[in-house]
Amino acid sequence: MAHFVILGAGECGARAAFALREKGFDGEITLVGAETLHPYERPPLSKAAAADASDPKFIAAAEKYAESGIRLMTGLEAKNFDTASRTVTLSDGTALSYDKLLLATGASARSFPGAPANSPHIRSLRTHHDAAALRDVMKPGRHIAIIGGGFIGLELAATARLHGADVIVIEGLERVLKRGVPEEIAYLLTERHRAEGVDIRCGVSIETLTEEGGKAVIKLSTGEAIAADLALVGIGARPNVDIAERAGLAIDNGIAVDSHLQTSAPDVFAAGDCCSFPLSIYGGRRVRLESWRNAQEQGTLAAANMLVLDEAVSSVPWFWSDQYDLTLQISGLAEGAVTHQRRELGAGAFILFHLDAGGRLIAASGIGPGNAVARDIRLAEMLIAAGARPDPAALAASDIKLKSLLAA
Amino acid sequence: MSGNWIEVCGKDEIDEEDVIRFDHGGRTFAVYRSPDDEYFATDGLCTHEHIHLADGLVMDEIIECPKHNGRFNYKTGEAKGAPVCVNLKTYPVRIEGDTVFIAV
Repeated sequence: MAHFVILGAGECGARAAFALREKGFDGEITLVGAETLHPYERPPLSKAAAADASDPKFIAAAEKYAESGIRLMTGLEAKNFDTASRTVTLSDGTALSYDKLLLATGASARSFPGAPANSPHIRSLRTHHDAAALRDVMKPGRHIAIIGGGFIGLELAATARLHGADVIVIEGLERVLKRGVPEEIAYLLTERHRAEGVDIRCGVSIETLTEEGGKAVIKLSTGEAIAADLALVGIGARPNVDIAERAGLAIDNGIAVDSHLQTSAPDVFAAGDCCSFPLSIYGGRRVRLESWRNAQEQGTLAAANMLVLDEAVSSVPWFWSDQYDLTLQISGLAEGAVTHQRRELGAGAFILFHLDAGGRLIAASGIGPGNAVARDIRLAEMLIAAGARPDPAALAASDIKLKSLLAA
Repeated sequence: MSGNWIEVCGKDEIDEEDVIRFDHGGRTFAVYRSPDDEYFATDGLCTHEHIHLADGLVMDEIIECPKHNGRFNYKTGEAKGAPVCVNLKTYPVRIEGDTVFIAV
């Protein structure tokens, strides 16, 4: 009986395991995860889960794994795999032979250079355990310094303010969300955070991050020192490629895979945050995406290709972020855009449609209260996938339904 | 299900291939109009994270949740794959004159 092994029991790995069964695979499936918890969803970690003591939002009930014939091995890390003997070695010494292997190893939070490791006052956020450690500072009178004005940092800033903590965000670049978010939207979010009482400082570099007297101490290049009950380091993530590197696989900003998620080794696949892949709708440009939906879709796609190599990556990248009552959604990659059209959706919500030099819609970025932008961002995603060159005036005209452009 | 017939709205208050939210008795429903002018009703909240489905996109007999793209067949309530696995309840719809009623 064939044995498929999946390393990494996050969104991507768990979805792949279930997708194998849904697609009819009747061999053995082993899903290996380093955390002791059953697979859970990560988006809530920077939102509600950082402030309340609820259980993680599990991807599936515990009994569902046994019912589906998925052997879930938690609390174990894969140390090595050998592509010649087709064997994976786990941290407890267990050896698993595989017919096909999926690497869904995810990404790890980058640490701040020179900062002490394992300080209770200097943390990052990647796991439910990390989120739980933040809870006792999400309170009035407590001071949180967030290093990095990316999605994780800003979502945590919003959560911390909603629970009454004092928050400062320190961003080295001239504005927050510099990567992938248009300036108009970043400006709106910055103003909203400031209105909520967050002290956002951009263009400020940090000289040292240390722990002194039960506090995190951040020394800025301006000479100012900031003491906080907690410094949360949110300066991005690096793909977990070590095991793939040791096995001799090609690495290129993540484990390099082709459009079918096949690595450079036979019968070894990689999916989700850990891999970079060519994206055909952007001319085969190689990208690596750290997003919930990408992890989910690539898990399913990897499952299909582990069974029969016939499904190529074709989806449009999509991200979202919740901060206060605002939701930001972005579809596509705006890099390469030369112009944009703005569509007003009422109640302060708007979407920017990004067009390339040929008039092709390549991305859409929207923000507004609740789910005000969701439907139109979804339609924009379909237009992007279709390679549409919509009339710019129609994109900006709120009274013209985007659905009608899709049909055109 | 016999239920009580509750007036929702006028027929034309729902666009073709679209959905509206309808609240009644502390509950939320989603009421749909198909491209061929049929009407359907389901629970109004996604079974994944309780997001209002009426903010989502209706296309090809599918309602897609605006938050995490959970998909359901709005005629049958069937969940169409991750991240949703629990079906939506559906409710009978009746048209009287120009008015839409659902049985709840």
